[in-house]
Amino acid sequence: MSSAMYERMRGNPKFQDLVARRGRFAWTLAFIVLAMFYGFVMVVAFNPVSLGQPIAEGSKVTVGVAVELFMFIFFWVLTAVYVKRANSEFDALTQEIVKEAWKESK
Amino acid sequence: MNRLTRIVSAVGLFAVAAAALAGGPLEGITEKQPTNWHAIIMFCLFVTMTMGITYWAASRTKSTADFYTAGGGITGFQNGLAIAGDYMSAATLLGLTAMVYTQGYDGYIYMLCFFAGWPVILFLMAERLRNLGKFTFSDITAYRLDQGKVRTMAAISSLTVVCFYLIAQMVGAGQLIKLLFGLEYNTAIFAVGILMMVYVTFGGMVATTWVQIIKACMLLCGGTLVMFLAMSEFGFSFGALMEKATNVHKLGEKLMYPGALLKDPVTAISLGLGLMFGTAGLPHILMRFFTVTDAKEARKSVLYASGFVAYFFNVIFLMGLAGILIVGQNPEFFEGGTVGGKLVGGGNMVAMHLAKAVGGNMLLGFLAAVAFATILAVVSGLALAGASAISHDIYARVIMKGQASEASEIRVSKIATICLGAVAIVLGILFEKQNIAFMVGLAFGVAAAANFPVLILSMYWKGLTTRGALVGGYGGLVSAVLFVLFSKSVWVDVLGNAAPLFPYTQPALFAMPVAFLLAYFFSKTDSSVRAEQEIEAFADQYVRAQTGYGAASASNH
Repeated sequence: MSSAMYERMRGNPKFQDLVARRGRFAWTLAFIVLAMFYGFVMVVAFNPVSLGQPIAEGSKVTVGVAVELFMFIFFWVLTAVYVKRANSEFDALTQEIVKEAWKESK
Repeated sequence: MNRLTRIVSAVGLFAVAAAALAGGPLEGITEKQPTNWHAIIMFCLFVTMTMGITYWAASRTKSTADFYTAGGGITGFQNGLAIAGDYMSAATLLGLTAMVYTQGYDGYIYMLCFFAGWPVILFLMAERLRNLGKFTFSDITAYRLDQGKVRTMAAISSLTVVCFYLIAQMVGAGQLIKLLFGLEYNTAIFAVGILMMVYVTFGGMVATTWVQIIKACMLLCGGTLVMFLAMSEFGFSFGALMEKATNVHKLGEKLMYPGALLKDPVTAISLGLGLMFGTAGLPHILMRFFTVTDAKEARKSVLYASGFVAYFFNVIFLMGLAGILIVGQNPEFFEGGTVGGKLVGGGNMVAMHLAKAVGGNMLLGFLAAVAFATILAVVSGLALAGASAISHDIYARVIMKGQASEASEIRVSKIATICLGAVAIVLGILFEKQNIAFMVGLAFGVAAAANFPVLILSMYWKGLTTRGALVGGYGGLVSAVLFVLFSKSVWVDVLGNAAPLFPYTQPALFAMPVAFLLAYFFSKTDSSVRAEQEIEAFADQYVRAQTGYGAASASNH
């Protein structure tokens, strides 16, 4: 029974749309995080001195601290962005798909 | 019910009594601190409160769903706090503060590695985990594969992770409590082991979750208070703090440069991979995703959890830097009173000394109680994850082939919890004098190389077959263990050989590809009829993973 439901949902163009849109969004965000994080790790490994420089003349705050604090905040903001879109737009679309599959089965 | 009340209160009393009695006559032994009454009283309050919750939870824990996942009724916010509580162990509070204190910026890098896995877990895994899983992550890997074989494999690697992590936590607990509370090592181990058994056997996931939530709140409040008081001494100026810290620290300007921790790119990347994907393969963390109602709440859990974790890591960074000035310049905190010598109680005591310096004995007591509570919460989560691997995967699905009654499954999981508690106590005592620095690394390594590859492939790659999953999973497990065994931390530091056979300390960069390649190769070359059916079954699994239709729901009672 549920296999038939899955079959109908798969056949719904909205399902393809959901999967494509959410997949693109999730992978883009994941790529940003991974690229920034491993980029940072590379700088740590190959050019550590650059991270010890002050962010501005006379400032005691270093580039490394500023960059890292930025990543902590930015990564968290990205999670918030994803949760907001997934919990509204994607979830609404998902509910539509399930509802339509139910209707068809009646 | 009456018997239960008596047992719960008797054990609570035992712990309180043991905590109160054990310190007195033993003062003066090396490394042991004078009995810390503030800490003991505050810890007793925590135990009393959590015992009360356990008692309440016991009356609500009837079905297997209640026991493993609190009936799936935890909200995203509560679960976020609990995940943060599960993830931030005593090693986080004490070890990372100490790391910033001695190595400065390196400690901050380390914390980013611990954090960066969370967004990735959210984007790529959280929703599918919730939509496909029920009680353990093997529910997902075994979804369309051979139940018996794949679950056995997942249970073995889960238990391996749980055991290594438990040893690390227990030994750390014993030593820490000896230091903080002035209790005997063995008393501390028994207190932790027994309290853990009570929480998990009587209260299941409901009690474990609440222990973690309370502990996370205590940790966040305690850390924030210490940080706030410490920063007030520098006029809340981060620039002033950094300037003063680099001026007095023996590393000087190098304090703010990446240093010894990540000296070559291979180690740096391997550590990053291990911490990032290890987090995504820890059974007690994955299990938390099944305690919420739906994918929506699962996503919110990660949002809250990662917010708390990121916030707390920055608090720790400030605490470590402030410690350089407040603790590192005060002869009171050094053995023999020589600044720059050995810290009283050892290197991990920076956070505690800082609390005492800025807030007196009250704050020291509170932070010590937080550290004890932290250990209890983490071991309880681990024990529950280990017990569910035994009862849900091995007993109910492999041995009884899904025919076990709920009552017998719960009984087995309670027995398993008590056995795990006993094993943890015995191992904790056996490993007291051992160098256990490699244990957490090994736990993360196995999680990243054995659990994570099979889990992510089963969710994303339709070509995965039973044969591929088994060879990949076991291959990852064995190679992670061997890489750690042959590395410096075991081969040289524990076994006493002259040179390591494997030149790096972090296994993930090498063990993860082994697992992925084996899983790929042995799935691709699998031309059995069974493999064909498994590949076909991916289509339905895929729709469920995407939509959550048919997912295990909270309406199990």
